[in-house]
Amino acid sequence: MLSLERVTKVYRLGAFGLQKLIAIRDVSFEIGEREIVSLIGESGSGKSTIGKLILRLTPITSGTIRFEGTDVSTLNGLSLKEYYRRVQGVFQDPFASFNPIFKADRVFRMVRDEFYPQVGMREWNEKVEGALRAVGLNPPDVLNKFPHQLSGGQLQRFLVARALLLDIRLLIADEIISMLDASTRVDVLNLLADLKARGLSILFITHDLSLGYYISERAIILYRGRIAEMGPTDKIYNRPLHPYTEMLMESVPRLDRKWEEEVRIERKAALTGSVPGGCVYADRCPKAMDICTREEPELKEAETGHFVACWAR
Amino acid sequence: MLQVENLTVYYKTIRGYVQALEKATFTIADGEIMGLAGESGCGKTTLGHSLIYLRPPMNYIGGRVVLDGRELPIWDMEKMQEFRYRHISLIPQYAMNALNPTRKIGKMVAELLESRGVSYSEILPELKRRLDLVQLTQDVLKMYPIELSGGMKQRMVMVISTLLNPSLLIADEITSALDVSTQKAVCEMLVEFRDRGFVKSTIIITHDISILYQIADSIMVMYAGQLSEKAPTEVVFQDPRHPYTRMLIGSLPKVGVRYQEERLRGIPGSPPQLLNPPPGCRFRDRCPVAFGRCTEVPPFLEISPGHSVACWRAF
Amino acid sequence: MEQEQPKKVRSEFIFFAWRSAKLRIGVSILLVFVVFAVVGPFLVKYDPYEYSGPMGAPPSREHWFGTTIFGQDVFSQFALGTRSTLTVGLLGGCIGTMVGILVGLLGGYRSGMLDEFLNVITNIILIIPTLAVLIIIAAYLEVRGILTQSLFIGLTAWPWAARAIRAQTFSLRVREFVDLARITGRSSLRIVLTEIAPNMMSYLLLVFILQFGGAVLNAATLDFIGLGPTKGVSLGLIMNNAVLWAALQLGMWWWLLPPGAAIAAIVGALYITNVGLDEIFNPKLREM
Repeated sequence: MLSLERVTKVYRLGAFGLQKLIAIRDVSFEIGEREIVSLIGESGSGKSTIGKLILRLTPITSGTIRFEGTDVSTLNGLSLKEYYRRVQGVFQDPFASFNPIFKADRVFRMVRDEFYPQVGMREWNEKVEGALRAVGLNPPDVLNKFPHQLSGGQLQRFLVARALLLDIRLLIADEIISMLDASTRVDVLNLLADLKARGLSILFITHDLSLGYYISERAIILYRGRIAEMGPTDKIYNRPLHPYTEMLMESVPRLDRKWEEEVRIERKAALTGSVPGGCVYADRCPKAMDICTREEPELKEAETGHFVACWAR
Repeated sequence: MLQVENLTVYYKTIRGYVQALEKATFTIADGEIMGLAGESGCGKTTLGHSLIYLRPPMNYIGGRVVLDGRELPIWDMEKMQEFRYRHISLIPQYAMNALNPTRKIGKMVAELLESRGVSYSEILPELKRRLDLVQLTQDVLKMYPIELSGGMKQRMVMVISTLLNPSLLIADEITSALDVSTQKAVCEMLVEFRDRGFVKSTIIITHDISILYQIADSIMVMYAGQLSEKAPTEVVFQDPRHPYTRMLIGSLPKVGVRYQEERLRGIPGSPPQLLNPPPGCRFRDRCPVAFGRCTEVPPFLEISPGHSVACWRAF
Repeated sequence: MEQEQPKKVRSEFIFFAWRSAKLRIGVSILLVFVVFAVVGPFLVKYDPYEYSGPMGAPPSREHWFGTTIFGQDVFSQFALGTRSTLTVGLLGGCIGTMVGILVGLLGGYRSGMLDEFLNVITNIILIIPTLAVLIIIAAYLEVRGILTQSLFIGLTAWPWAARAIRAQTFSLRVREFVDLARITGRSSLRIVLTEIAPNMMSYLLLVFILQFGGAVLNAATLDFIGLGPTKGVSLGLIMNNAVLWAALQLGMWWWLLPPGAAIAAIVGALYITNVGLDEIFNPKLREM
């Protein structure tokens, strides 16, 4: 349904845009029907950039993103609007997603103005209430209120309800629960999983490994703009192939086991700056070989459906 | 050793008092790392900060705080100066971003120490030893904060905060902005500092319970300004007695649990308003086992050694 | 981690507005002058240029503010001058604000070459010494009216407003609610008008107040050096004449003091109002 083919995004910074920041480079992956795919990365990995690129919030530098066969960058005006009928997003900060001076319902009105101008008010209100109930909200509790009068969890569900008003096939969930309290996170997470049962695909962008494990069938591990490893969730988590994934699995504080006493030593990371050539992880990788500093590994299939970009494998 | 009795702190706002912390009573032994867990608005930041820096809009309402046998005059900002940094130290959230960008690190430390009446040159050898311990080179003292990475800054802040071997260290969300490997290093550093005797008792304030699972000796769970439960870490995870603790632990996704196999459940509803909180146990409205007596505030009682709960059902 | 958002309840706003001493003082002083500008000229007994009284006479019942060295009624001049000065301030302030908003919003929302281009123009005009340009332009024109004066003042004062508005637009543009509007298919223009501008209302008000004050000052300065409107009277012009005819040395304080004090009071009141409003809009500045 959605495919990214060698997508690269370079940001131009500084006066007259002379400096370059390579956010993601040569990223390719696919999302099929009724699939939840986790895109896992730390800050600086470029994961949010991918979400923005798919949602056409920022232009691609090179490569192609195709949705149902059509190149997304060719869409404009009406065709772009049609695209938004099928693909929507929910972002990280629920409070920042609402214009603070207006009531929260305004986001629904905006959808009506842009997509359903001919629908009557009564029919529309029923549709809105149906969407709210589908996400587990009680309409009288949340309608007609300002964003600051609702909780973060309610606002995120509000936004999912908004996306459901359109007939979407794909939802980009960009860190949507990282700003929620622990007790509400799981409910929103369960909501996403339920939506998948109704035919939706979701790209779940997160930095939290345990969330990815809970909810997705496939996981993509992103490091500094490149895909390190990609494949079925349980394989990635239980038998990771890429040294970075291994480090993640070991270093992330988990609830099922404690950090081991003996830990593989990671080399001291270089401070900042772009990577000259070779694998992006080479400066920290304990398994780095000579070739790793010279040539960048391509993503290769190590076992069925399980891809890794590493010379050591 | 820290003993807190009935500590009550409210926030003054134009609409009245927000009852942020209500009669907190607990003890932390020497060498204990206690995690302070809870969701937003539970009072953990209020508790942590009131121990060292109780200033408006926070208002001291009542209670005693005793550190190593001495009562702390937490309501008196000036008298507390004697204790701050020497006996109690705080690593605030985003501390690493608060380093003065126009000062070299060494100069900043020197100024900080001089303001506390400590000679920089005398303490320099110890400072260097500690820098080595956390794997920072001594050149760091000659650098500006912008030259350091996030992880390095955080380690620097930790060294500075514990330089005078405080009896109590309060760490407020010190891992939130870090990447995974640095997070682990910082956590392990906290344990190391305790093991080497640089710090006696530690309070770790965080919303990330998995970190507490890794390094905390005990965990204290708070809800809406009231203490719910305090117990050794293993006990909190295996045999929690407070319904809130149970539901909270039960709602945490962990690696190994898939949605298809076991559907986790959250806690419906939201915490009460603290401007005029409901009487009695504040978890009452969301509690699946609440009954009549819950309109009376349950005392925070020790039901087994090191394990205290505030719940009528647990007694 | 859920955040607690600052509540922007309307009653809280009014509460602080009322409590703010700065706002009360500033607005009151301004109101006095505005009312005077409207009503004053009707109270005037003499034509301002008429030689209606004794030369250089101190304030009396006949001439409330005394007379000039030529025997003209200072009060008449003052009343009409206040009206004219405030008008220029208002017009010039409006023009400056509007151009600033246009350039700032455009550049801030649509970055890229358009923004770079607007930036360059803004910077160029910013660097040019305003007063020198105004002097040159004014000296060139043989006949100058109030409108022309306002126009030129406004057209030279907009750059800082544009910059400030651009910065604000920039910061708002990357907020998530703008992204949400974009993925709802809203056009850029509509987003700027319905999402971004309303959020900047308080800021735009502050910008306007400062532009108003600046325009009054600039106008007074031009008038003072004799490059004001060729016809009519204004506060700066009164001061110009007073100094030209050695009012101070001759002890005719009533000629120089009222216009000078009025300008200082108007501009001062505007700035105080500005600070007061800033405190209200920005909760972090409030003294609690």
